[in-house]
Amino acid sequence: MGLGVNSRSSFRMRRRQVLRGLLATSAFGATSQIWTGCSQQPEAGSGSPTAGQQVTMGFIYVGPKDDFGYNQAHHEGKEGLSKLAWVKSVEEANVPETTSVEETMRNMIEQDGAVAIFPTSFGYFDPHILKLAKDYPNVQFFHCGGLYQEGIHPKNVGSYFGYIDEAQYIAGIVAGLTSKAGKLGFIAAKPIPQVLRNINSFTLGARSANPKVTTQVIFTGDWSLPVKEAEAANSLADQGIDVLTCHVDSPKVVVETAERRKIFSSGYHASQASLAPNGYLTGAEWNWATVYSQYAEWLNAGKTLTDGGIPHLIRGGLKEAFLKLSDYGPAVSEDAKKMAEAAKAKLMDGSLVVYKGELKDNTGKVVIPAGKELKQQDVELEKMNWLVEGVIGKVS
Amino acid sequence: MLNLNHWRSKLEAVVIPVAALLFALILFGIFCFFVLLDPKNIGQSIAQVFQVYGSIYKAAFGSWFSLQNTLIRAAPLMLSALCTALPARLGLGIIGNEGAIVVGGLAAIATGLTLGNITPLVSQVAMALAALAAGGVWIGAVGALRHYRGVNETISSLLLNYIAIALLNQLVNGPMKDPSSLNKPSTYPLPEAVMLGSIPGTRVHYGLIYGLLACAIAYFLIQHTTFGFAARTAGGNVKAARIAGLPVGKLTILICALAGSCAGLAGMVEVAAVHGRANESLNANYGYSGILVAFIARHNPLAAAVVAILLGGILASGGILQRNYQLPDATILVFQGLVFLVVLYSESLYGRFRLFRDRPAPPPVAPLATAPPSLSA
Amino acid sequence: MATESIGWWGAPLAILAGTLRGSAPFLFVSLGECLTEKSGKMNWGLEGVLLTGAMSAYAISCLTQQSVGPVLAPWLGVLAAGCAGMVLGFIHAWLSQQPKVNDIAVGIAMITFGSGVAFFFGKPFIQPDAPQLPGIPLGFWSSLAPVQSALRICPLFVLGVIIAPLMYWFFKSTRWGLFVRAVGDSPDAALAMGVSTTRVRMICIVAGSFLAAIGGAYLSLYYPGSWSERVSSGQGLMAVALVIFARWNPLQCLYASLLFGGAQAIGPALQAVGVDSYYYLFNASPYILTLILMIATCSQKRTLTGAPGALGTQ
Repeated sequence: MGLGVNSRSSFRMRRRQVLRGLLATSAFGATSQIWTGCSQQPEAGSGSPTAGQQVTMGFIYVGPKDDFGYNQAHHEGKEGLSKLAWVKSVEEANVPETTSVEETMRNMIEQDGAVAIFPTSFGYFDPHILKLAKDYPNVQFFHCGGLYQEGIHPKNVGSYFGYIDEAQYIAGIVAGLTSKAGKLGFIAAKPIPQVLRNINSFTLGARSANPKVTTQVIFTGDWSLPVKEAEAANSLADQGIDVLTCHVDSPKVVVETAERRKIFSSGYHASQASLAPNGYLTGAEWNWATVYSQYAEWLNAGKTLTDGGIPHLIRGGLKEAFLKLSDYGPAVSEDAKKMAEAAKAKLMDGSLVVYKGELKDNTGKVVIPAGKELKQQDVELEKMNWLVEGVIGKVS
Repeated sequence: MLNLNHWRSKLEAVVIPVAALLFALILFGIFCFFVLLDPKNIGQSIAQVFQVYGSIYKAAFGSWFSLQNTLIRAAPLMLSALCTALPARLGLGIIGNEGAIVVGGLAAIATGLTLGNITPLVSQVAMALAALAAGGVWIGAVGALRHYRGVNETISSLLLNYIAIALLNQLVNGPMKDPSSLNKPSTYPLPEAVMLGSIPGTRVHYGLIYGLLACAIAYFLIQHTTFGFAARTAGGNVKAARIAGLPVGKLTILICALAGSCAGLAGMVEVAAVHGRANESLNANYGYSGILVAFIARHNPLAAAVVAILLGGILASGGILQRNYQLPDATILVFQGLVFLVVLYSESLYGRFRLFRDRPAPPPVAPLATAPPSLSA
Repeated sequence: MATESIGWWGAPLAILAGTLRGSAPFLFVSLGECLTEKSGKMNWGLEGVLLTGAMSAYAISCLTQQSVGPVLAPWLGVLAAGCAGMVLGFIHAWLSQQPKVNDIAVGIAMITFGSGVAFFFGKPFIQPDAPQLPGIPLGFWSSLAPVQSALRICPLFVLGVIIAPLMYWFFKSTRWGLFVRAVGDSPDAALAMGVSTTRVRMICIVAGSFLAAIGGAYLSLYYPGSWSERVSSGQGLMAVALVIFARWNPLQCLYASLLFGGAQAIGPALQAVGVDSYYYLFNASPYILTLILMIATCSQKRTLTGAPGALGTQ
């Protein structure tokens, strides 16, 4: 099947092609300005915050901002800034983790005058944020994720994240008590520590309520694959699982499929309660508005990361209101609510530690020895590469 | 080149593309008008449309800053476009650019990591060669399947795309994974010193030079060598070429390998100039955009370079539409589609307007039998 | 809610379920492309048509659920999708029939344009819920929930399965089918018969887009049953490959679509029963399978049997 390109008549076409291309490009904008008069834009010195002045904050999302999930949670957090009169926020969605995000960050700084940039996806950090941070030492870069390391990364970079696995623990309690078959399902994107921590917390919470519960995990391979997520949800339901939760960018498909299969669901990132009026139990949601407002106030007061006025690492859980739980759905029993609230109170006052020994993984190996406790901030949890006992599935 | 004969057709080659672009801009402006429309204030809505135009220009070509953004985006597109443009001369429809980029990137990172911290130039040359080889083998296989088994090259290259991406994910998440790259599985990073730098005085990496060189070499190869001539002939009529004794099979595989190696080089540039490691970001849709560039440029390598810059400019202006006008990111896709549809339509306008048809040369005047009266007599 | 695990039967059952669930989009798009290619034109832009169809179906179903009720609304959505497909098909047909314009280039430009339009107008519909197409419970005889769910098929799928042999018969035994084939194999002969090549091709491309858009409606109104920008997994692109793989025979398009639908489900199905490793490669199994099949069944001489003669030329 040829393409019908006729080489004989195309000789004339070729010169025409080059000409037309050249003229197309230049006609696209008179090029007189390009080479004359425009000195290279100053790369340092733009965007230093001064106390009390209007602060421009730039937000970058890796996916669409109304995805009912991860990106939407960040967008809602940014919208929470609209109450603050001195903040101007700009946002760009669907920016892939390539040079595009570098370009976007540069544009926000040079064209919009942003003094603080919030790239919200993990993959933006290395090399993109690090490169830009070196080019613009007066702009603050706040990355969502736990990757900042003192002494290694530039001083104008900071990290923030939430211990959402606390909320998953409580969601697990509710799931464990509501499930009739004692089988839970978890649809996850990739076996990275953040995700594994959620799976483990969910399972530990469920098992604290019902020690015989198991969680079956399916990895779809990527953050947003609706067809695979639907397949996974159906396969799990076929296996007799009656509570589904997930860690993917947009839980919409999983929750809707669970509702269609008439099983329960637990949400993530944002509230998907409206999608599953019968089966939605609760969900682990972000509350980024707290974080962003705090940053905005610090920036307004003229504080920066470089001078130490703003801490480099900000983390929080339920206590600091970085996260919240969705409202309980109609299927949640009073007993489940009581137990969940009790656990929540213990997490907020610090008396409950999720990861304490002795803890075995699902191959029987001891991963946390008896007597040892790993608190939320413990760096060891960031390197998690195991699935706790009670989880059916493999990490690699 | 300042030959002013046939000035009409030369003018045509200028006016028609310019008119096409202007028309596409007008269509897009109408689209934006309705989207941004504020029924209470029509005048302001119209003014906003012109502001949108201004922003697009500013973000694409309007300053040195913007031009660099455009060039950075154009570099991988040029190399990727060659992966479709070259085999098209032979009459093959290959869309495996994405797969070739991915395997090229994998080969480059594997080579770079194995060689480690040695002289940057040696490492870069080795990575480039590895990428060229990997990409060449990948698409060369498509050509071989076509020649020896008659497998349709469009399908096999499309399937190989998906297979390459699966391979990338499997390797990056498995054997090649850097254990410390916890949250975004990647390979180990290249040593800082061996990474491709930027062209001095700019932010643009050397990938742009590779792209421009590759386009120039491809053009020369196709237009001015016997190999290229053989390829074009075979592309025009396979049977005639066979009868003439041209080694069609060898030509097929060789051209496909060359095409694949160009795309593989794009993968190497992504790894060595941008990311420093291989991970899922290698699969960034440059392949697909490259196909579009190749077709718009009618598979001419030089035109492909120019069209790549145009597409880079359009893509670079997407961000400003989102941030300043709250237009959704899909707007730039609509604009892209409009520009290319109108430009494609304009292809059919050549030769239609009488204004642009060259007038026939006046018949030669026969010398008079008798000498004319001499004026100086 | 009786849920019981079915153990190892889970994998084959899931693959069967995946076949019944996932092949409809492939089926509709490949049938539409088959019709188009029989008339001698290629439509590479079906991915854009698929997305626009999915978006319009979801949007209309969502918007009309109050006025016509949740039973009729999705069917209105399907109709709307078909109309949207026809509009895009008309643009493609008109443009690709202009002199000197290349089919494939127009197709790829239409993918960009179609996706852009779909995402742009679909933004307000990502959040809301739209009434879904009903499922026919063919598994009513079983007491096992998984079997019931696997055998629950959508009327659109049944429609597609009926259209395939109808289309085969159309090409083989009807006058109109003959015209289409004539235009596709030898436009000169068609002209001599008095058939207008332009008109026949226009009709075929528009009808093909109509079918492809219905495939899109299936995605957003049945499975996965939700509208978002990632709802398509490349079915539109693969459809062109499918048609060539099926040698331009509508019945073989049906079989190829079933193959693809089933192969899509292999990855998750195996994970659900505990086969965990190499899942990336398992997820790529439809493509690996097709490639192997093509290498095995093609040979130098047989490669283009069945290809309409005018395909690829102006």
